Amino acid sequence: MSPNPATVTSLALARLPTTESAPPPRVAPDKPVPLEDLRLSGGRRARRQVPPALLRLAAPLGFLAIWQVVAALDLVDSRSLTSPLAVIEAAASLWSVGDLQRHLLASLYRVVWGLALGIASGLSLAIVAGLFRWGEHVVDSSMNIVRMVPVIALLPLIILWMGIGEPAKIALIVLGVTFPVYMNSFAAIRGVDQKLVEAGQAFGLSRWGLVRRVILPGAVPGFLVGLRWALGAAWLLLFFAEQINADRGIGYLINQAQSWNRADIIILGLVIYGTFGFAGDQLIRLIERFALSWRKGFQGA
Amino acid sequence: MSILPLRSSDTTLERADPLAVRIKGLQRAFDGRAVLYGVDLDVGAGEFVALLGRSGSGKSTLLRILCGFDTEADGVLQVARQRSIVFQEPRLQPWLRVLDNVTLGLRDRDAAERGRLALDEVGLLPRARDWPVTLSGGEAQRVGLARALVREPDLLLLDEPFGALDALTRLRMHALLRTLCEAHRPAVILVTHDVDEAITLADRILVLKEGRISLDMENRVSQRSVRTDPVFERQRAQLLNELGVADAVA
Repeated sequence: MSPNPATVTSLALARLPTTESAPPPRVAPDKPVPLEDLRLSGGRRARRQVPPALLRLAAPLGFLAIWQVVAALDLVDSRSLTSPLAVIEAAASLWSVGDLQRHLLASLYRVVWGLALGIASGLSLAIVAGLFRWGEHVVDSSMNIVRMVPVIALLPLIILWMGIGEPAKIALIVLGVTFPVYMNSFAAIRGVDQKLVEAGQAFGLSRWGLVRRVILPGAVPGFLVGLRWALGAAWLLLFFAEQINADRGIGYLINQAQSWNRADIIILGLVIYGTFGFAGDQLIRLIERFALSWRKGFQGA
Repeated sequence: MSILPLRSSDTTLERADPLAVRIKGLQRAFDGRAVLYGVDLDVGAGEFVALLGRSGSGKSTLLRILCGFDTEADGVLQVARQRSIVFQEPRLQPWLRVLDNVTLGLRDRDAAERGRLALDEVGLLPRARDWPVTLSGGEAQRVGLARALVREPDLLLLDEPFGALDALTRLRMHALLRTLCEAHRPAVILVTHDVDEAITLADRILVLKEGRISLDMENRVSQRSVRTDPVFERQRAQLLNELGVADAVA
């Protein structure tokens, strides 16, 4: 027997209710919905926060405390590991005879010059390669080849050409700084949003105006990342540079201390490196705060 | 009004009143695939034209050509020399403060003063010193409008400027745009995919289909009472039909 046509019609109507028919009553599901308690702070959390400056100091201070305890308990041979107090004493005695100042100034001189020249060369190369198509062809591929050569392997050549004086030491740092600055700045210039460039053109910016108001400001965050890398490279290469026939500098001091078996002075040198590295990083953070105030990135939870 | 010939063969105007845009036989192909296929369009000075089209119909391409971004098209094209654009995304320079964004590229001495007036017109003068990142979507788009209007354009190009805004903000932006257009009287080409928006705002509504203007309709709906005007539904149905959304009409 064939199905009743009237039944079929009424089924179709049940699936597609027209505007005239009343909406079907809502049927609640018979299973309960699992609920979750979300913890609400009511904004009270902010008051109990530890100042971030204190948090940043926590790890170094804790480390110093443990170190002092270990040294004071005579757990390790005092010739291999001195106490933090011994390091401070070594610093004081070196300072009083004027040695520490001499080494510090020599190292700072090399790093500052190396950074200044390296940043200048890396940035100019990045601008040429970033702004001009021909610049990219001329500069970028060559830079990528040279970048792969370990900078320290260039040391013999540098010595051959420039001797063993200050210029050779600064040249090594310049080389090491140029590449991170170049790589990051070039990528940053090329990474500027094409839509912003187009908008600049649409509102009548000249070529130079486009570079000044759109492309370079947009490349600043990437450049600052390069600067941080460069700072690390500079201190690393400074140490190597000061191994070659130097008569002053922190690296030289550490080297000498090793032959005198003076762990306290070695550690003093390392602490100085760390302090300078930290200070440099803080300086870049300060620049970022100033130069990138337009940005509202993720601040961390 | 100055007319800028990009690729002119004959320059006789067919209409007596001044034109802001004159397009004849405009063609554009990407890799041999034709997107615009002989577009003819005249837009009179002060005329508000809405350009509708499905996605991929070439309406954004047409706007980019009018803007001067895309010069590889073929045909005759004359557009007002004083023209500016509002993009779908605000495209504010994030490292320039709001006022500097508005006056971007202006070289006159009174640029800052005019920028402030334009910001005041869109109700954002108090935000002049703020960074764009602190603006809401609607505020950023209002800055985009101020940036376009401060140039006193004879032709204002709007590339789906309200597409990314929420429905309430969009309604407020419609009212603002209407006020601003009444005050400045530029010719406007509004690219949109929103039929209601076109009927609410425009004097004339065009549909771009298969690379041509397939419908050129004078908007007869009374601007004072858009929704209650009986012409509204009829026009809406006609436009939706032209856009190939016939189901929604019934």
